[in-house]
Amino acid sequence: MSAVFTLDDLKRILLEGAGADEGVDLDGDILDTDFEELGYESLALLETGGRIEREWGITLDDSALTDAATPRALIETVNAHLALSAA
Amino acid sequence: MSARRVAITGIGVLAPGGVGTKNFWSLLSEGRTATRAITFFDASSFRSRVAAEIDFDPELHGLSPQEIRRMDRAAQFAVVAAREALGDSGLEFADLDPYRTGVTVGSAVGATMGLDTEYRTVSDGGRLDLVDHTYAVPHLYDYLVPSSFAAEVAWATGAQGPATVVSTGCTSGIDSVGHAVELIREGSADVMIAGSSDAPISPITMACFDAIKATTPRQDSPETASRPFDNTRNGFVLGEGSAFFVLEELGAAQARGAHIYAEIAGYATRSNAYHMTGLRPDGAEMAEAIRVAMAEARLNAEDIDYINAHGSGTKQNDRHETAAFKKSLGDHAYATPVSSIKSMVGHSLGAIGSIEIAASALAMEHHVVPPTANLHTPDPECDLDYVPVTAREQRTDAVLTVGSGFGGFQSAMVLARPERSEA
Amino acid sequence: MTASVAVTGLGVASPNGLGTQDFWAATRIGKSGIGRVTRFDASSYPATLAGEVPGFDAAAHLPSRLIPQTDHMTRMALVAADWALADAGIVPGEQPAFDMGVITASSSGGFEFGQNELQKLWSQGSQYVSAYQSFAWFYAVNSGQISIRNGMKGPSGVLVSDQAGGLDALAQARRQIRKGTPLIVSGAVDASICPWGWAAQLTSGRLSTSDNPDRAYVPFDAAAGGHVPGEGGALLVMEDTEAARARGARIYGELVGYAATFDPKPGTGGEPGLRRAIELALNEADCAPQDVDVVFADAAGTVELDRAEADALRTVFGTRGVPVTAPKTMTGRLYSGAAPLDVAAALLAMDEGLIPPTVHTDPDPAYGLDLVVGQPRTAEVRTALVLARGHGGFNSAVVLRADG
Repeated sequence: MSAVFTLDDLKRILLEGAGADEGVDLDGDILDTDFEELGYESLALLETGGRIEREWGITLDDSALTDAATPRALIETVNAHLALSAA
Repeated sequence: MSARRVAITGIGVLAPGGVGTKNFWSLLSEGRTATRAITFFDASSFRSRVAAEIDFDPELHGLSPQEIRRMDRAAQFAVVAAREALGDSGLEFADLDPYRTGVTVGSAVGATMGLDTEYRTVSDGGRLDLVDHTYAVPHLYDYLVPSSFAAEVAWATGAQGPATVVSTGCTSGIDSVGHAVELIREGSADVMIAGSSDAPISPITMACFDAIKATTPRQDSPETASRPFDNTRNGFVLGEGSAFFVLEELGAAQARGAHIYAEIAGYATRSNAYHMTGLRPDGAEMAEAIRVAMAEARLNAEDIDYINAHGSGTKQNDRHETAAFKKSLGDHAYATPVSSIKSMVGHSLGAIGSIEIAASALAMEHHVVPPTANLHTPDPECDLDYVPVTAREQRTDAVLTVGSGFGGFQSAMVLARPERSEA
Repeated sequence: MTASVAVTGLGVASPNGLGTQDFWAATRIGKSGIGRVTRFDASSYPATLAGEVPGFDAAAHLPSRLIPQTDHMTRMALVAADWALADAGIVPGEQPAFDMGVITASSSGGFEFGQNELQKLWSQGSQYVSAYQSFAWFYAVNSGQISIRNGMKGPSGVLVSDQAGGLDALAQARRQIRKGTPLIVSGAVDASICPWGWAAQLTSGRLSTSDNPDRAYVPFDAAAGGHVPGEGGALLVMEDTEAARARGARIYGELVGYAATFDPKPGTGGEPGLRRAIELALNEADCAPQDVDVVFADAAGTVELDRAEADALRTVFGTRGVPVTAPKTMTGRLYSGAAPLDVAAALLAMDEGLIPPTVHTDPDPAYGLDLVVGQPRTAEVRTALVLARGHGGFNSAVVLRADG
């Protein structure tokens, strides 16, 4: 498993764990769109966070998910954790 | 025929900190807490490791070895609490007309402890997809269907009228009693053995609340882990327990000279139709349930002496219901003491609503409002009178108790003295 | 208080037909949906037959956001609710939110979802349990999800009394309508056809171990040896009759009588409560036994329970005093979903003037029942009695009457 968490990883995990809202194109330019606007509320993000933690072997802080409002922010947080655990 | 009214004439409670109504009330009135580090299983790998557990010996409370084998812990609780309630009512077994006596049992998660344990056995610790039924205990069907709880209570009390389990998540404990009230009012029964029971402190339940970070991760001081309305709260503390009531048609109860704790004067439930676990901050649907319950009780906001809150100890809940109280009671919300006994006995899911009805009735009985324990640092967004730490003596003739549950259920019940002057 | 309450919409997911049309087309001619279990490999278990709902593709009917958080039975319930509302001509978004509620029954919640999460818990660890486990398996989930999907904020609820709960939910819906909520979606869809559910059901001692789909579930037959479990059920739109009439709704029929009773504790003697439930329900409906045109029996399929039901029916109606049928012989027993499906069948029987048959059973004459077997029977059906019993001693009865 590569040690970099990408947008494609996030999209796959979102789809598996929470599906996608009708009318939202996850293949579009979503990096800086708020999760809320993408149709993912806190429960969907908790499920997503749990899946990321298990698959990538990291532990996210309670605030990591609430603070990361966009896919870009969440990807950066996950990669920061991955860098830490690799170090 | 004048409208039939419904009175509470017997109470039985099993709550953390002590079995029996008497122990329960001393815990509440002294503001002690019964939350502790989990002892039922090794919780060291869990995010949340505290709970409000009951030290319960079923044999000590009159259950036979056969009953103990057959019943899940929550069913055992129910039978013991129902028997206490019946004893407290002064009704003898022989006084009850079985056909006119019914049973309602609230439970959010049924025989979850039994199911968790038995699943481990038949699946060989989760290794088998095709579980081995030959290892199943003979009463596994009774764990599958929580309706078995209502059957057990009916058998224990001789009831042969309408019997059912009401399962509306964390409002089950109010809705079960509310359902029983409706059955007496419409004439389907004269006496109802009504209450609720849950025993959810099992790995699967702890794990599912871990996954949504709903329970507190606080480890340092388990006894102060449940902190409703306090700015340092960070999730609820799971509890277990049961409370049952003998409900009677008011006229019949008065005629036999029964002790009447309170009339259940109003009840309503509404849904937020918003989210399975989330709450909108405006509290509109809970406010509507309160409004309807108070109208049914024919009471005004000024008549409410005490609000027994849902007060689970999540930020989302505490703000949601604070808004609901203001919306439904207006300015009187600021003048009404509000407290959450979950600070002391934890959150026993489907059972807590009935336990809180018991607390409300006992508050009327003693003219004492139980406190919100562990409330030292007020949340600026929760600006009502939450009766911190110490119980308060005050005239208490009418109480509003509310609940809020997964699935969006919002329920409210009003207890009042039958001889009150009505608005 | 005694406002009349009508059924104005049906949504059906049945082992012998998905959707009201397919269900009735199969039921009226006695076409069974019982077959080998396909949802898992049941070959190692003593019971191998089930009634599974054919051709249900959740993704074709529901948004993908709902799929990961729902059990199979909730998906079917959401779709059945959609169909019932469409059938009633109700667009929920156009109604005041507090004027609509949802009251369902459940017997065992989302048991398959629960098995998956229990397996993750015990084989991998607590961190592997889904965020949706906190509600996806619990008994209240269908009422919650239906209310959210349709924006229904009125009184909602969930009743659990095993198979009898399906009728208890409809009665509770009627209660709430009489108290002033104009519309309630009510009924039940149930399923626990998964290995864990199977292991639990087997302990009831009531599952048929026959592997012959045509002989496994034969209530009121001298050879009755248990039942076949099924999945599915029905959701109904129930409304205040006057309000429904005023909006020009189609009225399938009215719920005019109901009662629930509980049996005496086993071993204490005394008559089971079913007869009392029937009499109380008829009494509330102001209906004499001879006015009943058909009984949809509980049809447990064990000798002892069949006898108890036949005794109750003979006591109330006399020997062979009323046509009795059990279309659930085509579907298996659907637990809380069974009785709402029987109510749907009874209303469709009224509409067509045709009593659907009981299949596979060769009735034991000793029961003294006029069982409609083999062929449907043409009959004017104006009043129907639907019965349901739940494990442990629950008895419920509902009286339905044709409109007008």
